[in-house]
Amino acid sequence: MTLADAAGRDEFAAALHDMLAGAGVPAAARRWADGDRAPGLAVWRALAAQGVTALAVAERHGGLGASLADVVVACEELGHHAVPGPVAESVAAVPVLIAALDDAALDARWLPALAAGDLIATLAAPPALPFAADAEAAGLVLLADCDGEAGAVWLAEPGAARRSVDRARSLSPATGTQVLARGPAAAAAVARALDAGALACAAQLLGAGRALLEASVRHARQRLQFGRPVGAFQAVKHQLADVAIGLEFARPLLAEAARTLADGGCHAARDTSAAKVACTDAARRAARTALQVHGAIGYTEEHDLHLWLTKVRALAGSWGSQSQHRARVLAAIAAAGQAPADGRPMWT
Amino acid sequence: MSEPGGADGFRAEVRDWLRAHMPASPLPSVDTAAGFAAHRAWERELAGARLSAVSWPAEYGGRDAPLLQWLAFEEEYWAAGAPVRVGQNGLFLLAPTLFAHGSEEQRRRVLPPMARADEVWAQAWSEPDAGSDLAALRARAVRAAGGWLLSGTKTWSTRAAFADKAFGLFRTDPAAGRHHGLTYLMFGLRAEGVTVRPIRQLGGRTGFAEIFLDDVFVPDADVIGAPGEGWRIAMSTASHERGMSLRSPGRFTAAAARLVDLWRRAADPADTALAGRVADAWIGAQAYRLHTGATAARLEAGGALGAESSLGKVFWSELDLALHETALDLLGPAAEVDGVPGPDGQWLDGYLFALAGPIYAGTNEIQRTVIAERLLGLPR
Repeated sequence: MTLADAAGRDEFAAALHDMLAGAGVPAAARRWADGDRAPGLAVWRALAAQGVTALAVAERHGGLGASLADVVVACEELGHHAVPGPVAESVAAVPVLIAALDDAALDARWLPALAAGDLIATLAAPPALPFAADAEAAGLVLLADCDGEAGAVWLAEPGAARRSVDRARSLSPATGTQVLARGPAAAAAVARALDAGALACAAQLLGAGRALLEASVRHARQRLQFGRPVGAFQAVKHQLADVAIGLEFARPLLAEAARTLADGGCHAARDTSAAKVACTDAARRAARTALQVHGAIGYTEEHDLHLWLTKVRALAGSWGSQSQHRARVLAAIAAAGQAPADGRPMWT
Repeated sequence: MSEPGGADGFRAEVRDWLRAHMPASPLPSVDTAAGFAAHRAWERELAGARLSAVSWPAEYGGRDAPLLQWLAFEEEYWAAGAPVRVGQNGLFLLAPTLFAHGSEEQRRRVLPPMARADEVWAQAWSEPDAGSDLAALRARAVRAAGGWLLSGTKTWSTRAAFADKAFGLFRTDPAAGRHHGLTYLMFGLRAEGVTVRPIRQLGGRTGFAEIFLDDVFVPDADVIGAPGEGWRIAMSTASHERGMSLRSPGRFTAAAARLVDLWRRAADPADTALAGRVADAWIGAQAYRLHTGATAARLEAGGALGAESSLGKVFWSELDLALHETALDLLGPAAEVDGVPGPDGQWLDGYLFALAGPIYAGTNEIQRTVIAERLLGLPR
């Protein structure tokens, strides 16, 4: 299946939004932070029922064989609702990695279970991804290295988990226990998986940024000070307008990266990094502004806002730093010596 | 991969034509008498190939090009480093207004000479006491036999120092409310009673002027739409000015390509802060290009452009500044030298021009308020 067109993707996103809005995700994230993952795993089962975990798995392995653009739409909605768990890993990077290894035994062992939502997977790939996120919730932990000849993928054992700034997220070092693949082909598969993960993470950030803007607008319309809604003050309006601008112009980069990464074209690295840079900056501006607009109540754990604020900070440095992604964009465009307008159509 | 709407062949034609016809050396500044004449001659050459207004219907000198083809034209035009469009105000502001609100007689009379640059148009919106608050304008049009008598002062009128004609809003019913009783009029800059005072800009050139009007006669035929409808008409096409038709992505993607080239030639590889800014400027140009492509596709499918054009106006004006400030920082101490020939010398002129971007076409503060109130729904 592919959702084929923009209208189909909008419907899919709306359906996910409706389901997640009624699924008690903030409460589930709080329980997840306290070590009780049952309500969060129920959300994951509901996501599996709507096909989210099957998107990146081929039909012959029980998946939907959807495009990366569809994966991006789903991950944006998961970010919008701050769904806990290894989203970019299990929904995007690990299925892409296993498929790219092109090993029928590995496919049969894990892909059908991932597609069905019976298996949640996570991944560490130092240095960009030094820890496996939420390994306690995962039935499959992989360790990957994309360094050329030394490229390799291992089955891994997670070490002692540390808590992320996002309290509904844990971080475990991973130790390889069994080599699954090694060599240049493995390195290429890992590189592709890291791009898919970075793209999914960028989508989560964009979704979280949208949620933060929506929460800020709601609060600014209701909260009265000096006898007026704080949203009537120009200082507040203009900050929120800048948040809207950042999110608006990050979105098309995400869609473009999904397209070039799916094509496997030469611009995949450039476009994935451009999307990660822009979505991270936009989400961070949204988070910083949301906290300021909410004031002291936003600084508490009593208010749900912190679920998004801390997730944005956690994901901002994950799947490669801003500096690394900017350097990758610059390396690609300086080598190619080309304008963004390189004669390819900008529209599909 | 081919472009929709048959843009492939069109893009190639534009590229080939520009390659064959580009001036051998850059034209003198458009803000000098000689430079203005040279730019007018260039527009006539473009018009001879029916490339001066490609999105217009063929009967007025265009090619009926859909928006996506027009964007392709713009990309090729700016990538070639072709001259500033001296007819910009008429082509991209007055013409859309005439298509939406003018009479057929007006379109036949005004558009063909505009396409050939036989008549170059200036805008006459602002007044000394009406800038961001345009509805505070006071210039009057008083009823006379067969037309109107204009009086008052217009200012910051781009290209007016050398242009032939101008268009703007005038108060025809002082008793009506601020936004009512305004009328959209066209008038000649060399008509009796008109005095044009060129204003030297930040960079020393006379890119705009003040226009003094003293009982200037305008026939009824030069009223666009009905008297009293001027505000509604001007606002209905304001999104053209803020958005893609004023600043198409081709301008910024071409500047980004030149910036990357400069970085490769001139950068200290250890200066990672500048490298990051170059990457961000390129990403911004790419984002604007992709966003505009999506918007154009939506408009072609019958969608409308409203307050969301304010998002683009803030974005492109800040992007333009970022591109040029980054280039000047890359050039280092040489950046302040005026009049440097060749591509490196364009950055200083471009920077001075970019400084005006957050001010004209509705200041960025006005745009942010529009975004907050009309798109986000924050209280007025």
